[in-house]
Amino acid sequence: MLHKTGIPTIEQVKDQFPEQSKLSKPKAIIECYEDIPCNPCETSCPFQAIIIGPDINQQPKVDFDKCTGCTICVTSCPGLAIIVAEVHHPHAIIKIPYEFLPRPQKGEVWHAVNRSGEIVGDANILQTLVSRRQDRTLLVSIQIDSSLVYEVITIRRKHA
Amino acid sequence: MIHTDVIIVGGGPAGLCAAYSLVKQGVSVTLFERNSKLGGQLVKQTHKFFGSEKQYAKTRGFDIAAKLIKDLEPYSAFLTIEKNATVLGIYPDKVVTVMKNEAYFKYQCKAIIVSTGAMEKVLAFEQNDLPGIYGAGAVQTLMNVYGVYPGQSIVMVGSGNIGLIVSYQLLQAGVEVKAVIEAASSIGGYKVHASKLRRLGVPILTNTTIKKAHGVDFLTGVETIQLDESWKTIPGTEKTIQCDACCISVGLAPMHQLLSMAGVHMKYIPEFGGIVPIASDTHETSYDGLFVAGDVYGIEEASSAIVEGYLSGLYVSNKLGMKSEEINSQIADFHQQLEYLRSGPFGKKTRQGLEKIKEARNVT
Ligand SMILES: Cc1cc2nc3c(=O)[nH]c(=O)nc-3n(C[C@H](O)[C@H](O)[C@H](O)COP(=O)(O)OP(=O)(O)OC[C@H]3O[C@@H](n4cnc5c(N)ncnc54)[C@H](O)[C@@H]3O)c2cc1C
Ligand code: SF4
Ligand code: SF4
Repeated sequence: MLHKTGIPTIEQVKDQFPEQSKLSKPKAIIECYEDIPCNPCETSCPFQAIIIGPDINQQPKVDFDKCTGCTICVTSCPGLAIIVAEVHHPHAIIKIPYEFLPRPQKGEVWHAVNRSGEIVGDANILQTLVSRRQDRTLLVSIQIDSSLVYEVITIRRKHA
Repeated sequence: MIHTDVIIVGGGPAGLCAAYSLVKQGVSVTLFERNSKLGGQLVKQTHKFFGSEKQYAKTRGFDIAAKLIKDLEPYSAFLTIEKNATVLGIYPDKVVTVMKNEAYFKYQCKAIIVSTGAMEKVLAFEQNDLPGIYGAGAVQTLMNVYGVYPGQSIVMVGSGNIGLIVSYQLLQAGVEVKAVIEAASSIGGYKVHASKLRRLGVPILTNTTIKKAHGVDFLTGVETIQLDESWKTIPGTEKTIQCDACCISVGLAPMHQLLSMAGVHMKYIPEFGGIVPIASDTHETSYDGLFVAGDVYGIEEASSAIVEGYLSGLYVSNKLGMKSEEINSQIADFHQQLEYLRSGPFGKKTRQGLEKIKEARNVT
């Protein structure tokens, strides 16, 4: 599936999440399903919560006990393969990397979009951050329905 | 005749890093770049790069170029950079001829590093000469160097990293990407890049190729057709996708012409993308004192071009008689970096290509 369409299966996605109880705090979810020579996620994490090792082709693993959800890895990953998720029923908050104009603004409601590019619900824009360290990749915090936590990966602007 | 210690042909990442290794040791270098800007492929790359931090991963391509150029600044006393200067030929006794501003110059040096990079491969199909059909390099140059739209809606042919990345850049620029089509049965590039596109709603169609282009004076659409597992077209599966641009991204071939003309022992190595020199472990070709680095010695990545560049600079300084413990330990470190970069599944082609080079060396 992934190698033909670019869409991971729901099982692949769920495997990257910790058990629900850990999601009461924000945690990094990494979807990097392939051995590629890359490691900025590991080297950017200030808490050593991502492990790849000396062979940079290995896939990253998150130590959820060490991960503080600080989001530094999210905008460091050139593959835009990392989000930070937390669940507070009935909502979930996810923080995503975003590299398009126009920039989402706090208070707006955008479409929440899944890994196939389909609209699956609404995303309330909570915050949009861009610092020097992020090097022009925005970090957008969105609030979604908690039932969509394994589905939503990005946002799309609603047409006026 | 103008004399210099070392001539470097091509100012991409490989050439810039080779220059750095040399000028740092006080060797005089003259670097020729046929474009008006240094940086090679990097100047067109607006995305963050892969690799490890040692090769500037997570930095955007054009910023890596700027960084490599800045690194050279303290050593300007040893470095002459000639832009808009095309090397035309390499002759015996390390004589190099150059065309700059319509004038012709002759140089002689003690060693040469060729880092001319690569050129794009083309694809044969009906009407492939219609305006609106581009190579990926042209699309990137228009879009990212000059800020010009290549079209309103585009079909990308090829799902290697370049096809996927250029599609993403097109979307960022506001161009509609109708589809990415791929003849093989699976996506060629990194899946993280593919997923990035897919979530933006771009379909990636595997086992599909382009049959012909529609249009009279300019492109109005492309006809695609499906392929079976043995790459045979399946009649009746033709589909037309309307678009005013089509980008061909079906791979790169090493820019070997200068080396071939100089009489260097060459070999066609498919894993390296085409004709490459049969070089030694120290990147020296069969022409004594002529070294190679980067994509011209097998298509890879900027990360490996950077490391190969630094390395070849060190090999050349060895050749010129400079030897030290420090040089040796740097060489060992760069070797280790290359090994790691090439050790995964995506490095398989390079590993196989290098094996073939070794075999060819034993034959000649
Ligand atoms: C779309 C795209 C995305 C990429 N993404 C990545 C990535 O994420 N990570 C990564 O590591 N790599 C990436 N790469 C690959 C990387 O850009 C190349 O591998 C790298 O630039 C090769 O470096 P090089 O110095 O060998 O050649 P080049 O960068 O091609 O430089 C060669 C230079 O030589 C000059 N030249 C050629 N002939 C002559 C002559 N006769 N006289 C004078 N000058 C000459 C050319 O003008 C050019 O400037 C990407 C490439 C593309 C196209
Ligand atoms: S969110 Fe912060 S702590 Fe968690 S893995 Fe990423 S960088 Fe490390
Ligand atoms: S930085 Fe991103 S693409 Fe690179 S290894 Fe880490 S998760 Fe994968």
